[in-house]
Amino acid sequence: MELILETLGLTESAQLLSLSAPGWGANLLRGLANSLKIAFGAFGFGLLIGLFGAYGKLYGGPVLRDLLAIYTTVIRAVPELVLILILYYVGTDLINQLSAALGYGRVEISGIVAGIWVLGIVQGAYSIEVLRGAIQAVPPGQIEAARAFGMPPMMTMWRVTIPAMMSFATPGLANLWLIATKDTALLAIVGFSELTLETRQAASSTRAYFTFFLAAGGLYLMVTLCSGVVFGWIEKWARRGQPSLREGRG
Amino acid sequence: MIALKSLLQPHRIVMMALFAALVVWCAITLRWDWIPKYAPLALEGLWTTIWIMAVTTVLGFILAVPLGLAQAIGPWYLSIPARSFCTIIRGTPLLLQIWLLYYGLGSLFPQFPWIRSSELWPYLRQAWPYAVLALTLSYAGYEGEVMRGAFSGVAKGQLEAAKSFGMRRSTMFRRIWLPQAIRNVLPTLGGETILQLKATPLVATITVIDIYSVSSRVRADTFIVYEPLLLLAIVYMVIAGLITLAFKRFEVQVPH
Repeated sequence: MELILETLGLTESAQLLSLSAPGWGANLLRGLANSLKIAFGAFGFGLLIGLFGAYGKLYGGPVLRDLLAIYTTVIRAVPELVLILILYYVGTDLINQLSAALGYGRVEISGIVAGIWVLGIVQGAYSIEVLRGAIQAVPPGQIEAARAFGMPPMMTMWRVTIPAMMSFATPGLANLWLIATKDTALLAIVGFSELTLETRQAASSTRAYFTFFLAAGGLYLMVTLCSGVVFGWIEKWARRGQPSLREGRG
Repeated sequence: MIALKSLLQPHRIVMMALFAALVVWCAITLRWDWIPKYAPLALEGLWTTIWIMAVTTVLGFILAVPLGLAQAIGPWYLSIPARSFCTIIRGTPLLLQIWLLYYGLGSLFPQFPWIRSSELWPYLRQAWPYAVLALTLSYAGYEGEVMRGAFSGVAKGQLEAAKSFGMRRSTMFRRIWLPQAIRNVLPTLGGETILQLKATPLVATITVIDIYSVSSRVRADTFIVYEPLLLLAIVYMVIAGLITLAFKRFEVQVPH
């Protein structure tokens, strides 16, 4: 192992990236863990907004529909970086005013919670559109059949609409998940210690910019490629029972 | 006018009145006295944002055509590198790519005396070439994937017809294949261009003065938080709206 590193001239890089004290590998991995936590939380929060938003857009009253249209249009037209700043300040202001009204002092908000709140609102706007399209693609007869059996609306959603729309929604949701993992990098600008910020700190204190940025790029790429595999499984599972195009042709 | 009629429904009139009241309230109670002082700088920043977006979109698209072509019909020694390039660009955050190029190359170049004495050095010392390079590569990565689909989506019969007319391969590509492919992905291209606009504020992190960095400067100088950000959001929405309109007009002109 050491011989291979020696011949490739990578001994120094390996030392810099090692997990124990003089190396910065542990910092990078901690940053990756933070990034993934924020991405998971934001993706989940976004899905929640997306599900209710899609229902509102499809079945809601005219006022609700217009409000949701404004939300999705504005969020998708403004750069994520600007939204992150606005939502971050609005969020901290609101919480501080709330705690002042309740008689407490200023509250310190953890980076992870703020990141989830900020990115979740951004993700929500995109997932409303993905889920709306997927719900519309479900044959209406299936939902009508569920109603005719006397299922209450929530049960129809859980038992019929969501399972039936999964196969249409998975590709869009996979894209959203990838956007979520990459958007966590933007939180570096607000100062959360996720992967990109940890990388920059490691790089600027050791002056080995290429080593660390390439290593971080490798970590992000690994997350992306693994997610691709996992979403492939999910899509296969969501399509179970549906005739596949390839088999149909043969 | 159908559009006007749909705007004049009662609930929309109420919402517009509320919105107008909100705008008036913002104009009166929020602080806008910093605008005259920063207006020249803001215009300069706006110009930087627009030209960086335009230049990187055009260069990126030019780069994306061979990338898409290599993936669609290229032999393996061209298609594999093209596919890996697109995967790497799409799999890593743009901020990381910008910082890799700026800090990485920027720290590497000064070590070579022949680069320092070359005529390119005055440019390489500045930040904008790295910003342009990073954004161009990023656009090319996303667009190469789109163009791959576009090239393979062109109906085979059209290409065979062109061939049977005795067109040379280059003529066929220029007159039939590329125009057909572009026509098919015009809506996607519009969306990607707006994504590119939304990527431009990242160049502020490597000291390029664009419209975003002007707003952060106002925030740092005057401690006014919301007003510059609100104005900034509106500026981006207006530019995004203009891009959408331009692509709509373009799509109408293209025959179907």
